[in-house]
Amino acid sequence: MAEYETHDYDVVVIGAGGAGLRAAIEANAMGVKTALVCKSLLGKAHTVMAEGGIAAALGNVWKEDNWKVHFRDTMRGGKLLNNWRMAQLHAQEAPDRVLELEEWGALFDRTKDGLILQRDFGGHRYARLAHVGDRTGLEMIRTLQNHAVHRGIDVFMECTLYRLLTEGGAVSGAFGYWRASGKLLLFRAKAIVLATGGVGKAWKITSNSWEYTGDGHGMALDAGADLIDMEMTQFHPTGMVWPTSVRGILVTEGVRGDGGTLKNNKGERFMFRYIPDFFRAETADTEEEADRWYEDKRNNRRTPDLLPRDEVARAINAEVKAGRGSPHGGVFLDIASRRSSDYIKRRLPSMYHQFKELADVDITKTPMEVGPTLHYIMGGVRVDADSAQSTVPGLFAAGEVAGGMHGSNRLGGNSLSDLLVFGRRAGLYAAEYAKRIAKMPRVDDGQVDAAATGMLAPFGRREGENPYAVHADLTNTMHELVGIIRTRAELEEAITRVGRLRERAQRVGVTGTRVYNPGWHLALDLLTMLTVSEAAARSALMREESRGGHTRDDFPKADPVWGTKNVVVHRRGGQLELKLEPLPPLPAELRPLIGEDRPTGKVAVATGED
Amino acid sequence: MADVRLSLWRGDASGGAFVDYTVPADEGMVVLDVVHRIQATEAPDLAVRWNCKAGKCGSCSAEINGHPKLMCMTRMNTFAAGEEITVSPLKTFPVVKDLVTDVSFNYEKAKTIPAFKPKPKEADGTRRMYQEDIERVQEFHKCIECFLCQDVCHVIRDHDENKPSFSGPRYFVRLAALEMHPLDTNDRIELARAKHGLGYCNITKCCTDVCPEDIHITDNAIIPLKERIVTRTYDPIAWTLRRMRGKPADLAAGEPEPPSA
Repeated sequence: MAEYETHDYDVVVIGAGGAGLRAAIEANAMGVKTALVCKSLLGKAHTVMAEGGIAAALGNVWKEDNWKVHFRDTMRGGKLLNNWRMAQLHAQEAPDRVLELEEWGALFDRTKDGLILQRDFGGHRYARLAHVGDRTGLEMIRTLQNHAVHRGIDVFMECTLYRLLTEGGAVSGAFGYWRASGKLLLFRAKAIVLATGGVGKAWKITSNSWEYTGDGHGMALDAGADLIDMEMTQFHPTGMVWPTSVRGILVTEGVRGDGGTLKNNKGERFMFRYIPDFFRAETADTEEEADRWYEDKRNNRRTPDLLPRDEVARAINAEVKAGRGSPHGGVFLDIASRRSSDYIKRRLPSMYHQFKELADVDITKTPMEVGPTLHYIMGGVRVDADSAQSTVPGLFAAGEVAGGMHGSNRLGGNSLSDLLVFGRRAGLYAAEYAKRIAKMPRVDDGQVDAAATGMLAPFGRREGENPYAVHADLTNTMHELVGIIRTRAELEEAITRVGRLRERAQRVGVTGTRVYNPGWHLALDLLTMLTVSEAAARSALMREESRGGHTRDDFPKADPVWGTKNVVVHRRGGQLELKLEPLPPLPAELRPLIGEDRPTGKVAVATGED
Repeated sequence: MADVRLSLWRGDASGGAFVDYTVPADEGMVVLDVVHRIQATEAPDLAVRWNCKAGKCGSCSAEINGHPKLMCMTRMNTFAAGEEITVSPLKTFPVVKDLVTDVSFNYEKAKTIPAFKPKPKEADGTRRMYQEDIERVQEFHKCIECFLCQDVCHVIRDHDENKPSFSGPRYFVRLAALEMHPLDTNDRIELARAKHGLGYCNITKCCTDVCPEDIHITDNAIIPLKERIVTRTYDPIAWTLRRMRGKPADLAAGEPEPPSA
């Protein structure tokens, strides 16, 4: 049996982005022994890259704003596939969570009368995003990080957990390795919070970092938990497209919130051609009205540049396919012609810096070239809305790894608030759960041994294929076949290819030692990414309609019957099983908030003469 | 497109050497792209830290031709054709492997800084702060903790023995951010002198020069802190008031760490 060290905790939080940090802070405040485990150094998680802001109905800019409007926007943005209770809790609690950050030292940009300033974002009826220029995620993660450090929470940095352990169907621990030394370690734990983020590294063009390999999704499946909505992937409409090496890096929606407009290669503001009926009543249908909206938001409707992300990403995709794209295969995002250089540098300093340094483009003078980039997965671990507990006792999930909150499409700004609201809830309920367990659960040596053997297996295949080559083929497969627009034939092909890649992944080899060996780490992450990719492709094949982040060319309309169902993924005997389950029904008292109309699916647009 | 060549330091705590690699180039490549390509094709066990690849997370710090830089923000076209490019790990911290160093020094120092402690809320339950009053602290909050300023600082770069008594520019920025925060009530001035070794800094501005966030570390953080210490320690009126009010006594070096919460 392999050697490993053992640590005992009441609650182990896996992942130290916004959700993990907030969960650990809450569990620690509840007085239980808490560990925070993260793959990178503390403070480097994906949250640090969030730019635009935290959505919360503080009502500082628009007195009319309140949780009910935020709830409505979130549900409609998600094309009503959301877990209504999560969306309600999120909208109700987000303001308190933002104000709490201020109590811990965060410094948001201010209104003229000294309160937290809020900015416009896609799909939000009112200017709602608390922000710090375009580096809100940095402010949030650093505030939480400092607060966690001051609370004395034990942090295990550069430590990857690879398998959850269960005893009698409930969580009993987790097993993994130290990245720096390659040594193995076991956590015995009463409760575990997954806060591992998403799985963007399975796609070729993504805004996500190396950490986004679907660890939590994979571990949850292995432990017997359900995933829902895995077909719901978000392509952020504006990633950088040029130079090649920066393709996919995020360009904040704040550019459009602050006055940037999308244009094709004819200079047309094409978004006016892509306004779906579902959002028509609240969207300007002429350039004149949209222009007036920037100056007078009370008496004009918002520009279609700020439609929800799924709509904008599909529109850009269609423009490029119709031959109206920019030279490097995107479209133009122009803020220079509306805003002064000073304004742009003050509101969007890191966008200015990013384009200047990486693309030799001065965004105060010339338009940016942008195109869709895989950014987020709405699907994830099925949880109880109030407690964030999965279907496995003692296993909790919060943030991107959890499913349900965002339905079929997440609104910008709703992620940071999600992390705070459900990170806190997961930490709270995990601590309460742990307190009810009298003694540390028994850990099954057989499970530990199997995990250790699996983790070290690649070292026994030194001549095996390079894991980076298999990863590159996976990202191409997902990009080509499980992209913005999907078809049955392509999805079936994706599933076949993922199966073949799995065979290759099981034969990859590693060179070198266990000390800080990224090739070994990737060999293990690859297996997880393949499982989650299969879950996404098979869920996408099952859902025969178009809704939010899932667009089927062969089923272009939203189907009201599909709108009442979640695709649920479960693992049994090593195989993924899919089934449909009804959405939790929306209570009658909330129904009037979201309106009676229903989404209709993909917008049909004349492709023009090109 | 042509090939690019990099000379990477490979090794561990026991020693190492530069190894040359040549890989195909892409348009707009940064040093980190080349390192990744080497990793994906020739050296899968090459150790390197990275996350955002856009200058926002501060993970991919290294020394490029001896200069502390972020690999993700260093364009290959900033080097002359044929120029030799070396990439080596941060010198101030112990090597773990290849380009990865043990930066736990920084995380240990962070634990010794007393927490933010806000004053009571306004009568109406809000927190009112004005943009012009927070801008100087927002500058400090731009810090991405890349630790390039720590790496370049000669107080610890060539003197391991100073590490216990010197926290480095990153933590002077953090101390300044807390001291100048409009809501904070904790007092860390004496601590900055006695425990964090602000006096070791002789304002050569090396830290400011390497900061990828263009934080004016020396002018806006370190010098104002030094001034506050001078006022506190040597101003006779301040000294008398402090005695009369019985404010926290001077903290001599060697006393136990302050409670941080």
